[in-house]
Amino acid sequence: MRARSRRLWTVSIAAALLLAAVALVFVAARDNANLFYTPSRIADDGGPDVGERAKVGGFVELGSLEYGADAMIGFRVIDESEHSIRVTYRGVAPDLFREGSGVVATGAFNADGAFVATQLLAKHDENYVPRELKDVGQPAS
Amino acid sequence: MIEIGHFAAFLAFGLALSQTVAGLAGYRAAAGQFAIASFGAMALAFACLVTAFVQSDFSAALVFSHSHTLKPMIYKVAGAWGNHEGSMAMWCLVTIGFGAAGAVFLGSDRTVFEARAIGTQGMLAVGSMAYLLFASSPFLRLDPAPLQGEGLNPLLQDPALAFHPPMLYLGYVGYSFVFSLAAAGLMEGRIDRTWAKMARNWAMAAFVPLTLGILLGSYWAYYELGWGGWWFWDPVENASFMPWLLGAALMHSLLVTEKRGSFGAWTVLLAVLTYCFSILGAFLVRSGVLTSVHAFAVDPTRGLLLLIGLMVYGGFALGLFAWRANTLKAGPDWVLTSREGALAANNVVFIVATATVLLGTLFPLIAEGFGRQMSVGEPYFNLTFTPIMATALLILPVVQAWRWGKADLVGFWRWGLGFLGLVAVFAVLGVSAFSIPIGAAFGLALGVWLIAGAGIELKRRAIVWRAALRLPRRVWAMTLAHIGLGLFVIGAVVETSGRYETTLDLAVGEQAEIAGWTITLDDMRSTEGPNWYADAADITVRRGDRTAALTPQKRFYPAAQMPTTETDIFKTGTGDLYVAVGDRRVIDGEVRWTFRAYFNPLVDLVFFGVLVMGLAGALAFTGRLWPSPHENAAPAPQPAE
Repeated sequence: MRARSRRLWTVSIAAALLLAAVALVFVAARDNANLFYTPSRIADDGGPDVGERAKVGGFVELGSLEYGADAMIGFRVIDESEHSIRVTYRGVAPDLFREGSGVVATGAFNADGAFVATQLLAKHDENYVPRELKDVGQPAS
Repeated sequence: MIEIGHFAAFLAFGLALSQTVAGLAGYRAAAGQFAIASFGAMALAFACLVTAFVQSDFSAALVFSHSHTLKPMIYKVAGAWGNHEGSMAMWCLVTIGFGAAGAVFLGSDRTVFEARAIGTQGMLAVGSMAYLLFASSPFLRLDPAPLQGEGLNPLLQDPALAFHPPMLYLGYVGYSFVFSLAAAGLMEGRIDRTWAKMARNWAMAAFVPLTLGILLGSYWAYYELGWGGWWFWDPVENASFMPWLLGAALMHSLLVTEKRGSFGAWTVLLAVLTYCFSILGAFLVRSGVLTSVHAFAVDPTRGLLLLIGLMVYGGFALGLFAWRANTLKAGPDWVLTSREGALAANNVVFIVATATVLLGTLFPLIAEGFGRQMSVGEPYFNLTFTPIMATALLILPVVQAWRWGKADLVGFWRWGLGFLGLVAVFAVLGVSAFSIPIGAAFGLALGVWLIAGAGIELKRRAIVWRAALRLPRRVWAMTLAHIGLGLFVIGAVVETSGRYETTLDLAVGEQAEIAGWTITLDDMRSTEGPNWYADAADITVRRGDRTAALTPQKRFYPAAQMPTTETDIFKTGTGDLYVAVGDRRVIDGEVRWTFRAYFNPLVDLVFFGVLVMGLAGALAFTGRLWPSPHENAAPAPQPAE
């Protein structure tokens, strides 16, 4: 094979691979991107559809944390507005999860308007605030 | 004491500056002496810092905020680098150390080239030292001195994590010297086979600790965080994985440049990119621009400085590349169906895979540019990275037998048939008998394919099995690395598709089932250690007549006001039975405890496979430093590797 046709082959195979990769990235990102919502944002613009995967974040309202049977946890997420989101989670909460702490939950809303979380992210360290929560206002209380 | 360290660090900074000037001006001897002196000064500075931690000198601000008198000694020492400032000091120490190592080991045959490499390394050291001294100094004092420190983040008080940062930094920063060699090679127009041979030694010296560092981090996350998984596609994890991918690609492209003199320009570009991705990694971890489950204290200003550093060094190298590209020579002619072609394909796949990881990692930033807050998680990476890498693993056993220049394709079809046969076996046996997903059957076939392929290649080179032991160590290293990759793939596929995970809710005396094992909560009791107290669970696991006792704990560290999860793991032989304590709940007057329980089949293969890859790199390295008599006289059926 001559140098030119060799280069042509190499480039076209690389280009095909790259195109396939780009297509994969687009499909994967479209189907798996999770939009982030806060209580006030849902109140203003509406929330995700029932069953649509999303993230919600804010602070765990004081006095709202309940432990149920079968490892269920329920709490309300609040921000600087008067709105709140009811979140349920089955499982063990992160070590630094407590009332008043910041939390980012991944999951989906059910038909009753509660957010059923499959993952809870709390702080890993006292000095760390998840980026999503940086601009979320602290509740007044 | 800490002032001596501060002074020594300034001295190291000044000496690194002299090293830069002398080196770039072409004075080999002077640059080398400055580099060694700078290393001496920086080693002293670092020793002062460690001493302050050992002595719990809380008048040093860093010791106050990251140590405590009750902490075990190993974590007092490790606390010195278990924080932002201390870890940057270590970064500087390693950067300067590689300059000194270069001064000692580079020899002095190509004096101007060596001088410029040491000089460029000095320049990298000056940047990181300036960042250390002026933006994140570990040498600050507190007045008055507090009586007690705030303690190290308890999650970091773990043996694996004590050695994770030094290993990772040896790897990350090790690529800085490959960067320097590339820059010097461009300045001197010396990107040739001798250059590649030398650069490959250094690239390997970085690859081994980087691999082991990632392994330690992943193993730590597995048993310390209590989430049952070993990789979460988290930005902080990806930050270390991208340089690893590029480093692996670099190792393969350096091979071509070393053996054939081809790919010179590409190899240089890759060498520059690998170090740039190491800095990018530091930026992603330190700046807090991305949400991470592993993120510790972050500071956007420091992030900005790192970003500027990345642009300066990246711009310097790329500018040099553009300016000197005309000095790069093309190697001998090759076709796609040759060893060069195969390794080019390897590189394309690695680059594309790295790009998908980068895109997924930066996705939240890109989305924010469009005014939306969103992110992608594990499903994205499973859909992009995994199939892309799978193609590379699929072709590996076939193409590694190809010759340089032009391969002989006789019998090519047998390979295709062999792989289809393997897939068929796993599909029929696995999917029908064990009802595993078809993707898992393909993955298992791929793992076995890699290991079998490595064996076949070894046999091909040895001709008879008896001769295999006399093959050069680099051939064994390649074989082991590919076997390790195969073991990893098998472990990862089995663990990911066969993982069993459940949340238990038990009162003392109750039991539950997981993956055929009966878990009984015998007792909950209080216990304590030097700087923590804990609720410990006494658990018996039983299956048939096999029993084991597990005692997972929920610890609380009063100094840091922070709870941690201490998991306990029973190795059943086919996998890990993994239990973590959750929380205490009183329901209808009854005290109950939640637990997370996992059965992770073959998870040890994941870690063992990566360990084998790392050790294979070390073996190759010894083969290059201390070749045995037959190291270069292999009875290979063809010249060259």
